[in-house]
Amino acid sequence: MRLMLKQPSVLPGFGLTLGFSVFYLSLIVLIPLSGLFFKTSTLSWEQFWGVITTPRAIASYQLTFGVSIVGAIINGLFGSIIAWVLVRYHFPGQSLVDALVDLPFALPTAVAGITLAAIYSPNGWIGQYLDPLGIKVAFTPLGVLVALTFIGLPFVVRTVQPVLQDLDREVEEAATTLGANRWQTFWAVIMPELWPALLTGIAMAFARAVGEYGSVIFIAGNMPLKSEITPLLIMTKLEQYDYAGATALGVVMLVASFVLALMINLLQWWSTARHRNQ
Amino acid sequence: MSIQVDQVTKRFGTFTVLNDVSLHVREGELVALLGPSGCGKTTLLRILAGLERPDQGRIFLQGTEVTDQRINERRVGFVFQHYALFRHMSVADNVAFGLTVLPRAQRPSVTRIQEKVRELLGLVQLQAMADRYPSQLSGGQRQRVALARALAVEPKLLLLDEPFGALDAKVRKELRRWLRRLHDELHITGILVTHDQEEALEVADRVVVMHQGRIEQVGTPDEVYEHPATPFVYQFLGDVNVFHGRVAQEQLAHGSVGAEAVLPSDVPDEHEVTFVRPHDLEVNRSRTNSSQLEANVRHVLAAGSRVRIELSTQESAQVIEVELTKERYRELNLREGEVVFVHPRHRRVFKLPRP
Repeated sequence: MRLMLKQPSVLPGFGLTLGFSVFYLSLIVLIPLSGLFFKTSTLSWEQFWGVITTPRAIASYQLTFGVSIVGAIINGLFGSIIAWVLVRYHFPGQSLVDALVDLPFALPTAVAGITLAAIYSPNGWIGQYLDPLGIKVAFTPLGVLVALTFIGLPFVVRTVQPVLQDLDREVEEAATTLGANRWQTFWAVIMPELWPALLTGIAMAFARAVGEYGSVIFIAGNMPLKSEITPLLIMTKLEQYDYAGATALGVVMLVASFVLALMINLLQWWSTARHRNQ
Repeated sequence: MSIQVDQVTKRFGTFTVLNDVSLHVREGELVALLGPSGCGKTTLLRILAGLERPDQGRIFLQGTEVTDQRINERRVGFVFQHYALFRHMSVADNVAFGLTVLPRAQRPSVTRIQEKVRELLGLVQLQAMADRYPSQLSGGQRQRVALARALAVEPKLLLLDEPFGALDAKVRKELRRWLRRLHDELHITGILVTHDQEEALEVADRVVVMHQGRIEQVGTPDEVYEHPATPFVYQFLGDVNVFHGRVAQEQLAHGSVGAEAVLPSDVPDEHEVTFVRPHDLEVNRSRTNSSQLEANVRHVLAAGSRVRIELSTQESAQVIEVELTKERYRELNLREGEVVFVHPRHRRVFKLPRP
């Protein structure tokens, strides 16, 4: 039985380290998560269904997941461009720009939220020019999008950057000597190498956006059915001491996030496996 | 396609990689650019391909100036040392790449492309590998795919940058014979960059020896090996014994068979240096004339087709390398520590500026 479970290895300590890993993961991840399910299970099936399918809840899912996906895709596009510029060109102030990318990471989310709200509100720096054009950013779903795009940017840049760095210049030169123009070289040679990293970056930006709370609530306006994100709805329920209802919504977010993450992982696995099948 | 390189200079920062290089390559020729790393040979090749721009000078292909022409208009095939295959594409897709990126009007039909890919894979003997990916091939196979890929666009000029540099000795030898045969079949003008003198001498019609951004000598393999124009070429092509100093000079100067006359140095700033190849040294057990150098046998290396012997002279303790045939070695029956007498059959004297 022992032989079937573990591959013989020259490295000692397999049993010990595996045991520790499982214990640690249980303590940090699995036990709190199962607590969520336990609390939810105090609701009956009908009650649970009722809580998670109210129009307000459904609108909040649509906003949270929809805007998170759009934000992650925007980050995928512009984050790749930023990574490209940082890797391929050398210019004065490059390290400053490079450091700037991490700012959304480092900044307390509440600070980011207040800043964005101040800038995009109808009398803010940018908002005052957008308002006459009929574009309202702050206190609308568009504001949520701005906030979620802001916080997701570093994820894409930081995953794409090292891959671009390792890209073999000779492969591009080979494509050029074979008659490909820059566009063809980009699509046929560079993009296939970049896809897995780009998908990972987008997935991480998305996961971060789904769970984001601090920066969104300041700029969202938080109008039920319009600009209210699910984490805020959970918060509202907690404030009303409706713990079971809050955890029910939590379960929905957990399952949905898990399924989406799994799908992105599959996509990524497929795009890597295509050309590494030994 | 004939190539004319006209006074090309290239600098990277303050470092001059190519210094006023001019070269003519005839149509259908296979020329090797030979030199140690950092001599500028790869840069010259990349300038020919259009991957680098010269700071000064001009490049003509088939009589037309291409110095400012874009790479994809030059119709030049380039093979990289590390293959530079597209790893997410199958072997067949790699080979087809140059055809699929052609503008729609010039692009052959899909079936024609497939046919062409089959032909090319046949040429490089990899028909069975069409559906594999580069990671599933050996180094030698990958380089053959790279070559087929470069040939797909029917280039008029094939540039090979150390194509066998990353392969092991046996595969290397096999591939360079194969490349020579391929060149004889296709008659494409080819330029091969290499730091391996054996490879250059074996494959090329003509060899261009480069050193520190300049061309030292251009000639057939026989010419550059037998009649090196400069001390550098002499030392770079094969092993050599160098004799400095007056004692050795005088001793070697007298009566050695086949030696060129040594002129007494009348310019005080120059000194003479004598070059002798290890196989041009004659070894005897006893003194037959007064000009022979007396030396001790330090080491005998009998493995291989020829026997290599390390001697050290008695006067200056200089190490001399000698190469003997097996027969001669058996005849002499040398042991380490024994005293022998050496003199050169052939040698070459260069006047060098005094350091």
